[in-house]
Amino acid sequence: MASTVSDSNKTEKNVIVLEGATVRLAGDSGDGMQLAGTQLTSTSALLGNDVATFPDFPAEIRAPRGTLAGVSGYQVHFSSQDIFTPGDRLNALVAMNPAALKTNIQDLEVGGILIVDNDSFDAKSYKLAGYESNPLDNTVLESYKLFRVPMTMLTRESVKGLGLSQKEADRCRNFLAMGLLYWLYGRNLDATLRYIESKFGGKPDVAEANRRALNAGWNYGETTDAFVSSYRVEAARLKPGKYTNIVGNQALAWGLIAAARLSGKELFLGSYPITPASDILHELSKYKNFGVKTFQAEDEIAAICSSIGASYGGAMAITTSSGPGIALKGEAMGLAMMLELPLLIINVQRGGPSTGLPTKTEQADLLQALYGRNGESPLPIVAARSPGDCFDVALEAWRISTRFMVPVIILSDGYIANGAEPWLIPDANALPKIEIKHPGPQSLNGEPFRPYQRDEKLARPWAIPGTEGLMHRVGGLEKQDITGNVSYDADNHEHMVGVRAQKVANIATEIAPLEVNGPASGDLLVVSWGGTYGACTTAVERCQERGLSVAHVHLRWLNPFPANLEQILRSYKQVLVPELNLGQLRMVLRAKFLVNAIGLNKVKGKPFVIAEIVKKINEMLESSK
Amino acid sequence: MTTKELPVLTANDFASDQDIRWCPGCGDYSILAQMKKMMPSLGIPRENIVFISGIGCSSRFPYYMNTYGIHGIHGRAPAIATGLKIARPDLQVWVITGDGDALSIGGNHFVHAIRRNPDLKIVMFNNRIYGLTKGQYSPTSPVGKVTKSSPMGAIDSPLNPLSVAIGCEATFVARAIDVNIKHLTEVLKRAGEHKGTAFVEVYQNCNVFNDGAFDYATSRETKTETIIELEHGKPLIFGKNRDKGIRLIGTHPEIVSLGNGIKEDDLLFHDERAAEPTLAYLLSRMRYPDFPEPIGVLRAVERPRYEVEVTRQITEARGKRGEGDLNKMFNSGESWTVT
Ligand code: SF4
Repeated sequence: MASTVSDSNKTEKNVIVLEGATVRLAGDSGDGMQLAGTQLTSTSALLGNDVATFPDFPAEIRAPRGTLAGVSGYQVHFSSQDIFTPGDRLNALVAMNPAALKTNIQDLEVGGILIVDNDSFDAKSYKLAGYESNPLDNTVLESYKLFRVPMTMLTRESVKGLGLSQKEADRCRNFLAMGLLYWLYGRNLDATLRYIESKFGGKPDVAEANRRALNAGWNYGETTDAFVSSYRVEAARLKPGKYTNIVGNQALAWGLIAAARLSGKELFLGSYPITPASDILHELSKYKNFGVKTFQAEDEIAAICSSIGASYGGAMAITTSSGPGIALKGEAMGLAMMLELPLLIINVQRGGPSTGLPTKTEQADLLQALYGRNGESPLPIVAARSPGDCFDVALEAWRISTRFMVPVIILSDGYIANGAEPWLIPDANALPKIEIKHPGPQSLNGEPFRPYQRDEKLARPWAIPGTEGLMHRVGGLEKQDITGNVSYDADNHEHMVGVRAQKVANIATEIAPLEVNGPASGDLLVVSWGGTYGACTTAVERCQERGLSVAHVHLRWLNPFPANLEQILRSYKQVLVPELNLGQLRMVLRAKFLVNAIGLNKVKGKPFVIAEIVKKINEMLESSK
Repeated sequence: MTTKELPVLTANDFASDQDIRWCPGCGDYSILAQMKKMMPSLGIPRENIVFISGIGCSSRFPYYMNTYGIHGIHGRAPAIATGLKIARPDLQVWVITGDGDALSIGGNHFVHAIRRNPDLKIVMFNNRIYGLTKGQYSPTSPVGKVTKSSPMGAIDSPLNPLSVAIGCEATFVARAIDVNIKHLTEVLKRAGEHKGTAFVEVYQNCNVFNDGAFDYATSRETKTETIIELEHGKPLIFGKNRDKGIRLIGTHPEIVSLGNGIKEDDLLFHDERAAEPTLAYLLSRMRYPDFPEPIGVLRAVERPRYEVEVTRQITEARGKRGEGDLNKMFNSGESWTVT
């Protein structure tokens, strides 16, 4: 199919080579923008570009058509360089209707490419989007390269003769837009054609319609005089190896399955559907042939409680949720902590508080993870920094959870969960095994089993039902050290609170020390955690290129902190903590280390752009002069 | 479960080394004693048995059994037990709960455990009061019940535990009484042998906060008139001289005296295996003082068990797609090679 496209070549056109490009497709939530975005992503990844993405969609499944609330967008940054973020400013924006134009135009760079479906800018539609007159006729858009493409008409034309209704025909518009973008950025159509075949193969007329629309989009770019130049973005020089494009929630699910295999365990997931974590449940449910057991519980509490039961039984137990669900799980998290059982508690953070912004990203559950339970109940916390990193985080969390017999909280966020990036496919046989020991049967006449007898790391034995002679009872009441019997003794309680805290603190001995990106001491240190990794990395590198004395350190473990954190914090004149919250890590750092950490904080349901962080770094360096 | 010859166990083998801390005279003692006495008859090694509870007086139970056990959090025992049973179908899992634990704070889990029908044995000690928190009305306390939190009498309409369970399509529903020890042992054994979720309501006297709540059902003078013992395939007969019975008029039960032209054959015959839950539900609605209250097994049917279905799907997936292979999974998407 792709070859017929090049045959129709007529006009001579310029080809401009770019380092990278940031493109956003925006339309109504029924316009298939998420699909178009993921296709552009995998096509670019297959071309060898490094990619980073930012899907942004409304909480409503179908908000009223054509309204501002119903706009769904998907941003793709593809580059010949190593990149860490989906890009600050858009080089190109495709707006399928006036509402999409209105809500996205502010992100387009001056002189950027603006492609619109000219047919959808009728009076009714632009009024619905809040425009008085047709914005395409307005001089405001003169600062962009505006292309008024009759997408609806072109799509309908291209599928003529297939017997599709107009509604069905219009559903192919996203493929037309894709075709045009593919032409514009020299992407080849093969991957999307394969996708069409696999997805719509069962409906030959729909498949054919989408194929035709895709080609029509390409041909439009190629043949009309409107577009005088197209662009190329060469392959990135990634580390050699085989890559696939991976989405955060999928990487997390795969990491969990891998961890189960590497530790010789059966995976049990107790979960309740919640945005943006549900895709982990969906993904794990596909892999029953790995012995994966997924249990869609009646509520969040049952989800974690079922996992606690499974863990007691010796399974690799997991529960997945987002902030509101984690709030409901609080009491059970405390129970798991008292029972000292391994368990992974995954929070894919979203905008809060309460129901908040379900489909938007935020990092505002750190304090909830640290302190959101009654009593002294510290839990280890590890945070993923990118979609692909979710895989490694799952393995590490499970290793720590079983080594220390403690539930571990994994923090991800909506941005990481739905974002995609190239992932160097590991060789499963080369992944390190996770060793787990269960005590074996004991003679029935011997000493009673001691479920809270600890090893050198303070971990207790994981004795599982079915093991002769190890019958024991655990529970949420305070227990006597060693025997595990219920105890209300004052000194014992204080001792046990201390032991449980010390055990979590001991994890610092098992995690990698922090690596500083930049000078070992200097003017300013940026401290980041979670999904802001990419923006902070790039911002710091840009400042370093300008000769500024700036370093970056990224925290994977938020509890306990790595042993060398304090020394690093003290090696710089200033400390900046950018976070998508009102300063939660900053507060902890200040409390724990008495450092004058400064915050850069944003709660707009969106990730940082690099420029925001660079600006803050500049300000701080300026003011200290 | 082990295949080697089992040691012959006694009630004592099921006693843990922990001091029992219920109030003297509490009905819980009897239930614990009957459980320990019954357990050896199931022939299951102790290490393959797990008792799981929530919070409340009854929920201390697991500490006193020399099996595996979890004393969980309030209301959540069915959820903990469901997870354990799914992960470990080889274990026998019991849930010990109370009326507040199961029907108030844990109502959601209770309902959903029963509808899924995993192989759990849920024993609910119903004392119609909150004991551990020192005497507030519970979801089974009658209207008008004066307690610390209802000084002018409770105005909440109580739940009927058996009706709730039957409404959730429970496959095994039974009732017993703490002091009726032989019958209680039999009912617990039936629950232990059932395949699927077994729900047993045990009338339990809280002699501290609700003493005598079940006197009508336990006192020598009245119990023959207020209790009717169900037997599968047998007519519903009660009374000191076994001269009364339950007859069905349309869908309504009525009490009749035998004789004067009314024969046993005219009475309602119990069928615990009836496919439809209608009869069991009707029996669950018979309440003192209008009717004698049925004890024994109201319903015992079979339907697919949750953990068995989970395992079946896994076997099916493995059959269709082969045992999971990490490298295959990692390479399942489109890929490209950087040299
Ligand atoms: S308060 Fe009531 S139910 Fe609780 S132990 Fe005492 S007598 Fe038994």
